[in-house]
Amino acid sequence: MTSGFSQSDMSLIRVRDLSVRFAGTPPVHAVNSVSFDLAPGEVLGILGESGSGKSVTLKTLLRLLPERKATITGTVEIDGQDVLSLTGRGLADHRGGIVSMIFQDPSLALDPVYTIGQQIAESVIRHEGASKQDAMARALEMLELVRIPSAKQRLENYPHEMSGGMRQRAMIALALACRPKLLLADEPTTALDATVQIQILLLLRELQQEMGMGVIFVTHDIGVAVEVSDRLAVMYAGSFVETGSVKDVIRDARHPYSKGLLAANLVGAVPGTRLDAVPGAPPPLNALPEGCAFAPRCAVAEDLCLVSPVPLWSDGENRWARCVHAKREAARKDRMGAGN
Amino acid sequence: MSTPILSAHSLVKHFNAGGFGAARKVVRAVDDVSFELAPGETLGVVGESGCGKSTTARLLVQLLKPDSGSVRYEGKVVGPELPLKAFRSKVQMVFQDSFASLNPRMTMIDAVAFGPTVHGVSQSDAIRKAQDLLDRVGLDPARFGGRYAHELSGGQRQRVNIARALAFDPQVIVLDEAVSALDKSVEAQVLNLLMDLRRERGLTYVFISHDLNVVRHISDRVMVMYLGEVAEIGPAESLYGAPCHPYTEALLAAMPSLDPDQRTMEAPLAGDPPNPIDPPSGCRFHTRCARAFGPCSTQIPPSYTVGRSHVAACHLNSVKEHVA
Repeated sequence: MTSGFSQSDMSLIRVRDLSVRFAGTPPVHAVNSVSFDLAPGEVLGILGESGSGKSVTLKTLLRLLPERKATITGTVEIDGQDVLSLTGRGLADHRGGIVSMIFQDPSLALDPVYTIGQQIAESVIRHEGASKQDAMARALEMLELVRIPSAKQRLENYPHEMSGGMRQRAMIALALACRPKLLLADEPTTALDATVQIQILLLLRELQQEMGMGVIFVTHDIGVAVEVSDRLAVMYAGSFVETGSVKDVIRDARHPYSKGLLAANLVGAVPGTRLDAVPGAPPPLNALPEGCAFAPRCAVAEDLCLVSPVPLWSDGENRWARCVHAKREAARKDRMGAGN
Repeated sequence: MSTPILSAHSLVKHFNAGGFGAARKVVRAVDDVSFELAPGETLGVVGESGCGKSTTARLLVQLLKPDSGSVRYEGKVVGPELPLKAFRSKVQMVFQDSFASLNPRMTMIDAVAFGPTVHGVSQSDAIRKAQDLLDRVGLDPARFGGRYAHELSGGQRQRVNIARALAFDPQVIVLDEAVSALDKSVEAQVLNLLMDLRRERGLTYVFISHDLNVVRHISDRVMVMYLGEVAEIGPAESLYGAPCHPYTEALLAAMPSLDPDQRTMEAPLAGDPPNPIDPPSGCRFHTRCARAFGPCSTQIPPSYTVGRSHVAACHLNSVKEHVA
C-alpha cells in the first residue's frame, strides 16, 4: 500500500498536480490538481458522478485526449516513464504494452470488420513482434483465460456475433493480451445485466490477482467499486475529495459529499423512509466556485469553505479528505482520544 | 385484497422479428402476465434486459395493444367498458429518457399544461395548475417555466415529466426506469419526491427498475420477470428475505455486496440471459438453473402460493409442499 502523497520509488503510477483544461470560453476545468500513487498490483476505485472528471483522468494516463483541445499540466509517471512527454513510437509502445484500457461499450471499442482473433493477434504482433501463428495461439489462450466457451470457434467470430457479456470478455482478452502492468477500466460493467455484471467483476478480480497488474477502476456505482477495489478515491467536480481504503471510506466517510453518496446508494437505509439526499446539482466545470466546489450543496458549509485552498486532513498514512470539517472533526476526535 | 385499482389479465404481446412462413421469428416479449394493484400500493418490477418489463408497462398504459388479455381499471375492461380518454387521465407514465419524452419546442410550463387543455380544461386554468405542479416538484415556475427541455439538467427534466404526469390528478403512475439515468445524488432527490407525492396524493405506483436496492426501498410488493413471464411476485420483505424462485435468488446474489468484508465470491449464474426470440421450453429459466430437475425442461411451472400473497412459478415449490 502506498500513501496518497508519500514519495515511493515502488509506485507504478505517480501523478502530481494533474490538471486538464478544455478550450472554450470560459475554459472547462475538467480535472483540478489531482495527485495520487498506485502501487504495482493495487486496485484503485475512482467513484464519482457524470462530469466529475473520472474518465478524463483515465484518458490522460493513456494520452487519449485531443491534443489541440486539452491542456494538460502536472506530472504523470507510469512505470518510471514520463507519460506527458511521450511521442510517436514511445507513445504507441505505452498504449497497449504497458497500459491498457477497457470501456463501457465493447461494441464501440472493438472493430466490427475484423474477427476477435485477428484483433487480439494484431496487438500481440505489434507489441511483441510475434509471428502470426504465435499471435493466434496467444489469442486463443486469452479467450480461454477470460472463459469464453468454445474459444476456438469464437476466435473466428465478429463482434456482432457475440452477446453483450461475451463481447465484454473479448475486450478484456484484447486489453490483457500483452500482459500490461496497468489496466484502466472505465465503467466496464455499467451496461451489463446484473447477473452478467457480477460475472465480469469476479473475472476482473481474478485476472488482476493472477497477473498482478495494477488497476484503476472508474465507476459511479459504490457496490461495484467495493467488489473490486483495495482503495477508493471519491471525485467531485474534477478533484479528489477523499481517499482511503475501501473499508475506511465506506464505514467512516469524512467528506460530506462521500457521505451523501453513500446515503444515495441506500447504505443502511430503512425501506420506505426519506433519503438523506444531497440537494442541487454539481457546478458547471467552466464556472467552478472559489474554495470547496461542494460548498454550495453542503449542509454544513460555512464562510471558511469559500476560501481556496481547502485544507487537507490526513491521518498521515493513506487516508485523507479535502474538507474544513474533516480536519476539525479529526482534531476533536484526537483530543477526546487523548483525554481518555 | 379489496377491488384492485388496476389489473392485468393474461397479457400476451409478441413482436415480429423478421422472416416469413415457417422461418418467421417471433419475440415473445410478454407471455401470459397477470397481476393486480391495490389502491395506494407500489409494485416494483425487476428483471434483466429483454425480460418484458417495459413492454408490460406499455401494455398497462395502453401504449401497446396486447395480442390477447386485458387491462382493467377498477374492474372495468379498458376499451370496451372504459373509454381510453378517461383511462388516460387516471393512469399516467414517466419514461427513462427525460429528454426524449419532452417536446423540444415547448416551454416547460406549456409541456405540463398541454395535456389538460386537450382534455378541455381552459388555457388559464391549465397554466395556473402547471405553475403549482412545477412548484410542487421543486422547480420555481418563474425561473423554469419559460425554459425549453435542453436548458434543464436531467434531474430537472425528470421533475417536469413527473409534474406533467400529475397534471391529470391520476390515481396510478407507471414509472419505467424513471430514475435510472440520473446520477446517484439526484436519483435520491427524485426518489424522495416520489415518496412524498405518493403519501400526499395516495398514488399507486408501478415502479420498474433494474436496481434491486432502489426497488426494495420504494416498493410494497415486487414482481420478478424472466423472459416475458412472471417468475415470482410477493411482498418486498418476504421476497427479498426468503425468495422462492431460483432466479430471484440469483438476482439477489448478483447484487454487489457493499460490505468490503463480504465480497461476492461466486457468480450465481453463468452466461447471458437467453434470447426471447426462441425461449427455452418448460420453465424458461431451466437452462441457467442449478437446481433444475425432471419436469423443468418440459412442463411450464404453475404458480405456487408460497406465502401470504406471495406466488412463485417454480417446480421446486411443489416438492416443498409435498415435504411439508
